[in-house]
Amino acid sequence: MKMITRYGLNSFRKLNFKASFHVTGAIILLAVTVVVFLIVYEINELKPRRKFVSKKHRSSEMDQVIIRANFVSSAERNTRCSYYSCFNPYKCGRRGISQIQVYVYPMKHFLSESKEPIVHSLTREFNTILETVKRSKFYTPSPDEACIFIPPFDTLSQTNILTKEVSQALNMLPYWNNGENHLIFNLFPPKNAAVIDLAAGNAMIAGAGFNSWTYRPSFDISLPPYSPLKNIAVQERRPWLILSSQINVHSSFMEKLRHLSRINSELIMLHRCSDSDLSYRCHQNGTRYKYPEVLGKSKFCLILRGSRLSQPVLLEAMAYGCIPIVFSDTLVMPFQEVIDWNRAAFMILENDLNSVIQLAKFVSDSRRIEISQQCSWLYSKYFSSMEAITNTTLLILNQRVFPENALFYENWNVRPNFIGARSPIFLRTKSFSTSFTAVVLTYDRVESLFTLIQKLAVVPSLSMILVVWNNPRKSPPDSSKWPQINKTLKVVRSKENKLSNRFFPYQEIETEAVLSIDDDISMLTEDELDFGFEVWREFPDRIIGFPSRTHIWDNISLSWKYESEWTNEISMVLTGAAFYHKYWNYLYTTSVPEEIHQFVDSHMNCEDIAMNFLVSNITNKAPIKVTPRKKFKCPECTATEMLSTDFNHMLVRSKCINKFMEIYGRLPLRKVEFRADPVLFKDSFPAKLKRFKNIGSL
Amino acid sequence: MQAKKRFSLIFACLILAIYFYLFFAIRKRDVRPGKLLVVNDELPSYFHSWEEEILDEPEIGPAAGLNQEKSSFFNKKCRMETCFDFARCRNSFKVYVYPEMDVEENEALSSKSVLYQKILDVISESRYYTSDPTEACLYIIAIDTLDRDTLSPDYVRNVPLKLQSLKYWNGGRNHLIFNLYSGSWPNYEEEDLGFDYGEAMLAKASISVSALRPNFDISIPLFPRSHPEKGGEPGYVKVNNFPATKKFLLAFKGKRYVHGIGSETRNSLYHLHNEKDIIMVTTCKHGKSWKHWKDERCDEDNVLYEKYDYSLLLQNSSFCLVPRGRRLGSFRFLEALQAGCIPVILSNGWSLPFNEVIDWNKAAIWADERLLLQVTEMVRSIPESKVFLLRQQTQILWEQYFSSIEKIVFTTFEIIRQRLPNKYFRDGLLWNSSPGALFAQINSSDALNSYPFNYDIFGITPESNFTAIIYSQMSSSLTVNSPIYRLLRSISRSQYVSEVIVVWCNDKVIPSQIRWPSFSRIPFTVVHSSGPLQRFRLYREIKTEAILSLDEDVVLTTDEIDFAFQVWLAFPQRIVGYPARSHYWDESKNSWGYTSKWTNDYSIVLTGAAFYHKYYDYLYTEWLSPLMLKTVEQTNNCEDILINFLVSHITKQSPIKVTQRKHYKEPSSSGVFSRSPWNDPDHFIQRQTCLNTFVALFGYMPLVRSSLRLDPMLFKDSVSNLRKKYRQIEVVNS
Repeated sequence: MKMITRYGLNSFRKLNFKASFHVTGAIILLAVTVVVFLIVYEINELKPRRKFVSKKHRSSEMDQVIIRANFVSSAERNTRCSYYSCFNPYKCGRRGISQIQVYVYPMKHFLSESKEPIVHSLTREFNTILETVKRSKFYTPSPDEACIFIPPFDTLSQTNILTKEVSQALNMLPYWNNGENHLIFNLFPPKNAAVIDLAAGNAMIAGAGFNSWTYRPSFDISLPPYSPLKNIAVQERRPWLILSSQINVHSSFMEKLRHLSRINSELIMLHRCSDSDLSYRCHQNGTRYKYPEVLGKSKFCLILRGSRLSQPVLLEAMAYGCIPIVFSDTLVMPFQEVIDWNRAAFMILENDLNSVIQLAKFVSDSRRIEISQQCSWLYSKYFSSMEAITNTTLLILNQRVFPENALFYENWNVRPNFIGARSPIFLRTKSFSTSFTAVVLTYDRVESLFTLIQKLAVVPSLSMILVVWNNPRKSPPDSSKWPQINKTLKVVRSKENKLSNRFFPYQEIETEAVLSIDDDISMLTEDELDFGFEVWREFPDRIIGFPSRTHIWDNISLSWKYESEWTNEISMVLTGAAFYHKYWNYLYTTSVPEEIHQFVDSHMNCEDIAMNFLVSNITNKAPIKVTPRKKFKCPECTATEMLSTDFNHMLVRSKCINKFMEIYGRLPLRKVEFRADPVLFKDSFPAKLKRFKNIGSL
Repeated sequence: MQAKKRFSLIFACLILAIYFYLFFAIRKRDVRPGKLLVVNDELPSYFHSWEEEILDEPEIGPAAGLNQEKSSFFNKKCRMETCFDFARCRNSFKVYVYPEMDVEENEALSSKSVLYQKILDVISESRYYTSDPTEACLYIIAIDTLDRDTLSPDYVRNVPLKLQSLKYWNGGRNHLIFNLYSGSWPNYEEEDLGFDYGEAMLAKASISVSALRPNFDISIPLFPRSHPEKGGEPGYVKVNNFPATKKFLLAFKGKRYVHGIGSETRNSLYHLHNEKDIIMVTTCKHGKSWKHWKDERCDEDNVLYEKYDYSLLLQNSSFCLVPRGRRLGSFRFLEALQAGCIPVILSNGWSLPFNEVIDWNKAAIWADERLLLQVTEMVRSIPESKVFLLRQQTQILWEQYFSSIEKIVFTTFEIIRQRLPNKYFRDGLLWNSSPGALFAQINSSDALNSYPFNYDIFGITPESNFTAIIYSQMSSSLTVNSPIYRLLRSISRSQYVSEVIVVWCNDKVIPSQIRWPSFSRIPFTVVHSSGPLQRFRLYREIKTEAILSLDEDVVLTTDEIDFAFQVWLAFPQRIVGYPARSHYWDESKNSWGYTSKWTNDYSIVLTGAAFYHKYYDYLYTEWLSPLMLKTVEQTNNCEDILINFLVSHITKQSPIKVTQRKHYKEPSSSGVFSRSPWNDPDHFIQRQTCLNTFVALFGYMPLVRSSLRLDPMLFKDSVSNLRKKYRQIEVVNS
């Protein structure tokens, strides 16, 4: 089947060996070498030049394959393929790795019968695709392990290949099997077509310019028509509303646009300059603009269908933050499977071209800025280089094969610096929990601990008390000495005396709600605790508690200061007595930055501030203080700081706020001016009819 | 010999040198694809193809387009661009339902199933409905097409003939056809509906990715006959525990067909069963002839099957297997979703319901029928935190889009509406988070702050100013002592008010400018409104997001106004107000009761004095069912109950009561008080009736109770008043 001719360096080596023995032989060898070389050189030189062949392939080290006219071609592209009907999953996930393995065929030199290369040249972009695959974690050099195969033909541009011969060559690939699990890249389909013209059998096509008839959902991948742009600088000021700078637009579109721009000065039209220099665009009045930089001058850019559905100006506009308005009926947008284009562009019917001005004017400033930022971000993340495009393609393939690891919508579409609330506790209904678990962190204050346990045990909504014995050197008292209560009491011993032990998601906690309480906070009444739990049920993703603090800007030190005075606003609720969802314990343990953990451990302080930062950073919400209670240490003390009167302690806490802010890159704490009281609090109403009557003061 | 050796050595070196020279000479000129030595920049760019192309004008004009393919594929290839008349939807999105067909004598009256009648009822009662076929965007036929299984008793005959008689059929253009079952035994051809639906869109259950016409057909869930028309049951997840692990990891209990299409998957499920945390029980019993087909496992399976209870399995399992039946979808999918049992889809090629807008990765797991034995391992590999998230999302999706027929139908409409070339978009974040996209109606503006739910989603904060709107029906003349005059003075001192509007619902002439208190820095408008008082109307004058709605005789201090506004800023999606009311279930009357007594909780905040987001005005007037508005109109009452229903229906949260104030009306000696509707016993009974009417129309009781109110931080604390920001509130007595 295969006709492989070898010549070149291998034959030199053999002859060279002999040369060291015979001088004459050596001379002959030399002559032969030169002659052979010259012949090869001449042959190559004489070949007809193709359109954009700038460099010649040489057959020096690469295998050469001649495609004979009678070779069997691969089957036609199977238009009915879907992931389930054409993709073979058995090839994936071997050796227990939940990840695709991609094999790249070695390059060979394929020639048609007339000795013409079937792929005219290797393009920079295809070479990047292959290099990126090889560098990625999905690459495998072994075809036996591979799940996805990339054929060695540069099919990016239809004009770069001999269609018939490449179709035949595909069939010669050793693992082709009618294209099963093969991936063919294409960015430039033939004129007036929506997919590469190639007999690709059951192979997947990663192509640009699909329409919704040729695109096989769950199987093909829609790529952008990549544009090799450089030097992007997004402009803030955009004097123009809509820009049409595309050149290859059909004349009937053009007429409509010209008409529109005549009656609306907001639509700027730029054309090809008379010298056909593509790095410039010209206005009718003769002004010359540098392209693509001129795209940065406009708020919206028109993208129209040409001979192909998808146009490179799409990416150029996005790179300059110019919002694309796409007129291309039935076009499948790039990576449409994962990218929500509604967030970044407007897709308008071709028939509605006339409505474009009205549309652009309608978009509010806040929305426009949001979309423009989304464009720039999408561009930089998925489209800015062939490397990015290749990696995205691989990720999409990977999540098709291993959908259990698929990224969510927001992972694909939401900018990381976009501070929307993504609370992990997002059920909207009030929590239906009926009870909570009290977690008491204690070191050795056994007496006050026991008092607290007894007080807690009578709270109706408490179901269990979990004591975290944080003293590794001393054992907790014998079980007989503990107070007898009618609620479950469990003790866990920690290995180290760490404040973060208070926030560990202990298996023993079986309720949603956790009451974190210090071992010396025994003044809270049953009603106060019951009410606190009730408030938590209404705000299950917040920290709900009694001791509150705030942060204020200190004009002297020019930094944030921790404030424990009784103020009109608060931004933190201390976990010395606070309700919160157990999931925060999990997040505190697993996702708080390591730097913060280290700081908390080394200073033995600020774990509560860290918890407030964590919750507010994720939810964008403030904690809620319940009831007037403000004094905690002992009712008769007048000191305002209950945990420590130590001035130094306060300094450290101020430092924590500034340090954590630095680590999070923002100050997530939010201030509020309200606290929660029972509905009938302080009302002159019979006490026995009040559900929470014993609400203490201060 | 020595010389010869040396000579040959030199020669060898020479040859080597030449060899190397040639080697490098070639290498320099030559570029070897696939070798690391390739310098990328030296390669040509594929982009030259574009650049050459760019200079040619395309041959195909807009009219023909690349969609010439259309003609050759007929309706199987319909797309919005080719088979839908957008012009019909340019002005509004209205749905026309064909009237009942003339029933032929030989046909039973009940040619329409209960389910389809419910669908039609839901549409007819909604705001989408129009009785005028000429202004409709979408047409719904009165022929029941839900069950197209020829063996089913609900199968309607002669559909093609009936279609012909439809006046606006036009090849099916702009028609939407609902279907739950297609094809029949033994092949269950999913595209076989028994009639040619032409260019009509399908809203179809169990549709496969390859049969679904992208962005044209809509996959809907399979729902049972008993599915509620409106309201719908909430999800079963009441306690949102972490870790979310349950007794069983993965469960399935169901029939298996033993033979025929789709039976292999269920037949091999027993391989996964381990009696411990994976429960896979099947029965062969179904239909009359099951014994005829039974295999050697049937008896054993049937015994095991009886050991487990279906609903207990749903609730005690973290994951529920949803394998294909004869068709791709099954009732099981919605059942698992409601139970918060994360569906593991084992139905290759099924296009999940509404997947055009719903990100199912966040609420379900895909398995591959071809890799059945790997399911266990895959499910085990899912981390606890993800299970926690998935489970919550099942509830969100269930309650937003699936729990009633109304929701399923509305979601279908909203998906179609989103495809229309309008300037408004609802992105995936809105669809996939609460309260969902059904409430995000097209408004007059697309600014980020136009929906109260967007603040969370986009991480933006509401602007800190509000518009006060006072409804005045004053019969006495305006003096400095009039309650409205004092109220205006309080408002004018607020630091956040940016605009004041008085709606003058009175036959009297609007008092001249000088008789009103002076507003130096804020615009003050009096709008004359004839006819009965209409609250929550969209006043063009309102520019702010926040509205403070007030009755003219309300007594409020500036501090109370400012404090409530601060609270509203933290809860912009809720109603924030002063006096509150409560609802309760009256056992004796077997109906809902309404009370204004002082209670330990509340569920309604009166809008005679309350802050709320402007957008609710829009939903109130443009989105609520006309039947509800009619109730308000007829009674000239209850509008505040209705808006509380609306907001709680959307947010699933209670309104918020601030401060101690319980009465806000000025007790007047001039006799105004006695004429006030608040004093009228009929008024109270009317409100009770309203409450029950609204419950019926919503299909459930949306109000949510709260047992807390929000007070200023230092409220009534024994500290110096000078330290307090809102001092006036301290002296207000309830």
